[in-house]
Amino acid sequence: MTRLEARGVSVRRGGRAILDDLSCVLEAGSFVAVVGANGAGKSTLLSVLAGLMRPDGGGVWLDGAPIHRLQRQTLARRRAYLPQSPRAEWPISVERLVALGLTPHLPAFGDPARGLEPRLTEAIAACDLAAQRQQAATTLSGGELARAMLARALIGDPQVLIADEPMAGLDPRHAMDTAGRLAALAAGGKLVVAAVHDLTLAARHATHLLALREGRLAVFGPMAQVLTPDLVRVVFEVDATISGVGVQTRVDFTATD
Amino acid sequence: MTGWDKAAPGLAAALLLLAAAGSLFIGRVDMPPAEVLRALISPEPSLAGLVITELRLPRAILAILVGAALGLSGAVLQGLLRNPLAEPGLLGVTSGAAVGAVAAIYFGLTQVFGLAAPVMGLVGAMAAGAVTFAFGRGGTLSLILAGSAVSGLMAALLALALNFAPSPYAAYEITVWMLGSLSERSWDHVVLVAPFIVVGLAVLGRMGRAIDALALGEVQAASLGIDLDRTRLMALVGVGLAVGAATSVTGAVGFIGLVAPHLVRPLVGYEPSRTLVPSALLGAALLLAADIATRVIHTSSELRLGVVTGLVGAPFFFWLILHLRRTAP
Repeated sequence: MTRLEARGVSVRRGGRAILDDLSCVLEAGSFVAVVGANGAGKSTLLSVLAGLMRPDGGGVWLDGAPIHRLQRQTLARRRAYLPQSPRAEWPISVERLVALGLTPHLPAFGDPARGLEPRLTEAIAACDLAAQRQQAATTLSGGELARAMLARALIGDPQVLIADEPMAGLDPRHAMDTAGRLAALAAGGKLVVAAVHDLTLAARHATHLLALREGRLAVFGPMAQVLTPDLVRVVFEVDATISGVGVQTRVDFTATD
Repeated sequence: MTGWDKAAPGLAAALLLLAAAGSLFIGRVDMPPAEVLRALISPEPSLAGLVITELRLPRAILAILVGAALGLSGAVLQGLLRNPLAEPGLLGVTSGAAVGAVAAIYFGLTQVFGLAAPVMGLVGAMAAGAVTFAFGRGGTLSLILAGSAVSGLMAALLALALNFAPSPYAAYEITVWMLGSLSERSWDHVVLVAPFIVVGLAVLGRMGRAIDALALGEVQAASLGIDLDRTRLMALVGVGLAVGAATSVTGAVGFIGLVAPHLVRPLVGYEPSRTLVPSALLGAALLLAADIATRVIHTSSELRLGVVTGLVGAPFFFWLILHLRRTAP
């Protein structure tokens, strides 16, 4: 059972606390939606959880081991990370882009493609990209690129997927599609941590909610228990009505004066 | 992707062989091909044999080493910075080598010791690389900024050397050196710079995996286990050794490092790691071709190598700008 734990994580930049004494335990099988207003520290928290940023205070443990002590390659095999709106810098084919996700699995030398062909085909099919396989990644639409990046992250079969706003900029169908994929991964025993802006989407697909307010943990717990109008008011400073349960949940905002 | 990506290294190697043969068979002294072949094979000394083994052969080998250094460095830097306009001079080592060599001329060391210019050039390149590293640690942007600051400083030092040139002749010699040339280079030059260039090429040749991952941007590359600090250091050391040594023996030769990766890239599906070997081979072939051009185009004074690569390379640069403007979003 994969277990990602943050203990007393603090990050300060320019005298300001971006994250302040934040602790949480995230376990395999859950899809944790990280929510918060702009500047609440979501991206920073995800970078710290991914082991890409050393916090100024506290630390992160992956299955009991301090994450910054793990070898880069070992860590890269166990967790995948997708930054906000990732893009391809060269017009390489979708196939090659997805295959880059296998970088930590490759021997230092030798032909990268050898023996990995079935895995590549599987990852491309799983993200619905068979038709775009040979297309240049720079010519993909936003939805296609997001799927390609997701395939890139998942091809290495990581235990933990950390994604910074994977649904941002996607149209409703593709956003729902992506959220569904993340939920399916969690149901399959992975740990998925994703920053999500759309509360309805988060409520419908994620199992847990982690809400940040000005760098502090506002709440962390199972979605059905912690998502309340009160929480929304505290975190986003807007009134909200929450209706329905499970995949029928709806979060509507009403302006406060 | 077609079969081109598999064919690209072979194609570049064929071009290189062709250019290398041309470099041996074509020269100032007219020699029938049969005589060139006989001079290469037969052990008995002859005038033709001397021209081939003591003049054309070291010159061709030097052109291959320097061209490969420029081509590979360009490919690595463009991959590292994900910028098609990156070129080997970016890190300041080229101008550092120039300052070293010019100092050797300025202080008259070249009169005393034949290899003073390349030796001092090597020292200059290493010093410039060290300064770039000292100031450019911690990020790609700071590395580029440090490189351009070092280049600026070196350009000022070159201007200073010209300003206070001890004699018009020294000023002339400095200017001519900066135009770049492969003429009058001997086996001594080859032996001096080959180890540096070979080690530099070996370091750069191992960066394929890292620059491939960088096609996803720095954050994703780091998340895939790529050590960005180490990658930048390897690029600086590799370019410093290879291009620093190359420049210290030939003077400034522009555009090869910029152009070679661009010609290769579409053939290998834009995959950064697959541009490396063909870029090195093509860089060598291009430099050989440019050097042949300096020999067959008869001018009153010698046509300099850097002038040829500049004249041929600049129009390519214009084309590149137009091309980028068309394809950029």
